[in-house]
Amino acid sequence: MKRNRIIASIIFIVIIIGGMLSLGFGGPERIDIVGSTSVQPVAEKLAEEYGINHSDVKINVQGGGSSLGIKTAHEGIADIGMSSKELDDSNKQDLKEYEIGRDGIVLVVNANNNVSDLTKDQLKGIFSGKITSWKDVGGSDNKINVVVREAGSGTLDAFEGIVMGDAKIKSDAIVQSSTEAVKQSVKQDENAIGFVSFAHMSNDVNAIKVGGISPTIETIADGSYELQRPFLFLVKGEPTGELKEFIEWTNGAEAQKILESEKIIKLDE
Amino acid sequence: MGKSISEALIEKSLFLTALLSCFIILVILCFIFIEGFPAIHEYGVVKFLFGNVWAPNDGEFGVFSMIVGSLCVTVFALIISVPLSILCATFMAEVANTKVRNFLKPVIQTLSGIPSVVYGFFGLIILVPFVRLHFGGTGFSILTAAIILSVMILPTIISVSYDSLRAVPQEYREASLGLGATSWQTIRNVTIPAALPGIITAIILGMGRAVGETLAVIMVVGNVAKVPDSIFAPARTLTSNIALEMSYATGIHYNALFATAVILFILIMILLVIAKYIQRKYSIDAAGGTL
Repeated sequence: MKRNRIIASIIFIVIIIGGMLSLGFGGPERIDIVGSTSVQPVAEKLAEEYGINHSDVKINVQGGGSSLGIKTAHEGIADIGMSSKELDDSNKQDLKEYEIGRDGIVLVVNANNNVSDLTKDQLKGIFSGKITSWKDVGGSDNKINVVVREAGSGTLDAFEGIVMGDAKIKSDAIVQSSTEAVKQSVKQDENAIGFVSFAHMSNDVNAIKVGGISPTIETIADGSYELQRPFLFLVKGEPTGELKEFIEWTNGAEAQKILESEKIIKLDE
Repeated sequence: MGKSISEALIEKSLFLTALLSCFIILVILCFIFIEGFPAIHEYGVVKFLFGNVWAPNDGEFGVFSMIVGSLCVTVFALIISVPLSILCATFMAEVANTKVRNFLKPVIQTLSGIPSVVYGFFGLIILVPFVRLHFGGTGFSILTAAIILSVMILPTIISVSYDSLRAVPQEYREASLGLGATSWQTIRNVTIPAALPGIITAIILGMGRAVGETLAVIMVVGNVAKVPDSIFAPARTLTSNIALEMSYATGIHYNALFATAVILFILIMILLVIAKYIQRKYSIDAAGGTL
């Protein structure tokens, strides 16, 4: 009796798993989106919203970093590659770029820190370890505690590209694994400085002006705030069919509303 | 006839389930080694193990600082946690009355039910500023991580040592008390030595959890890939290295993270062997009539 029941339940489980697998292979058309982990959450939101009215398409969003996005899009493994850095000519190749918006990189300090304005050179000095005291940039006589993101993070990548240039971030900088952890680290330490994406900025930490310009939607949109990066969708060749439809949809009003709520900024024409 | 067939069937299926868990471990091991091997092979075993620089973007994959980091954090966590938890277990098993015991047990079990991210967040908000204020530095340090870990492994060590203390035959205590020993003398010279193998098992389990804990450690240890020069300096552990960079890594960097897992595995094996050796040594003492 008991054994029969066990056998029955095993058969049941096998049928269910088999059913799930066969559904996964057949079924609706798939769009694979791979790349930058900064763009990923936005793309996931877009995909989710798109899926509500388009049940015939299944959109699959994966991280991996901008370089992976460029590579897989170029090799045709992914339908859409996501990149959060500008493409240079060498990796532009046959890729068509669609900018879904821009994101700012915001330097944050503790609310009790009286330094409010730094130049790009000063930032470079602080993060490379040449400037070690707040006194040297007009603040109190305290050591600067630098907080950065882990290797591979899109935000770190963008920061290194825009601010650091050839200089290296100093090796004893505290590494935190998420935007939220960076903010918390800065919030509880008067002498800390870190960077987060504009979309994740909040009032519990102070944003630093870079070269006298504070990061706002307006200054990012008109390009005057320098620390910004594009969120790109990359497609190999001319998109067709479902893919074309999705990309066109991301430019429409419905998608713009989502991008706005995610604080992704549209560049002024 | 029918009975012997069903007996054999049950025996075989039990054997199969035992085999399955071995098989799963083997598959995981093979996977880790296969994925990790290219990095170790390409970068060189010695350079990988004793290299001081971890800079994936520049192709440098030295994990020495993380081995040191993992060991330091674990050892300090044990130094804080072991005396605390053994004393607590002794109190619960030998001194406390039923009422107090029934209160303490669930409270301590609750500790193990708290998710590690909560420990990490608590550490980041409360402990990091505390350490920075009183010991200097950034507050992200081996000490901070060790304190958090020591709380996290408390319930494991307490409950396993408690069980082994309770398992000591009542006759041992009665004999000791009958010879005129005080309660404390009995605990110190009879009960604890008799329960020692179990207590060491408890410490091994706690150690395993401390070495393997990732999320809470990431949030408070600073993750600086440099050999720490004091317990107030930040460090990076092997587990936090894997978790930090796994989501982005590709190519040789990806393999290097698996190679980090290989090192972690070997490190845990070495610690287990040492602990087993100590356990065997003391268990012979306890059972050999030296009580």
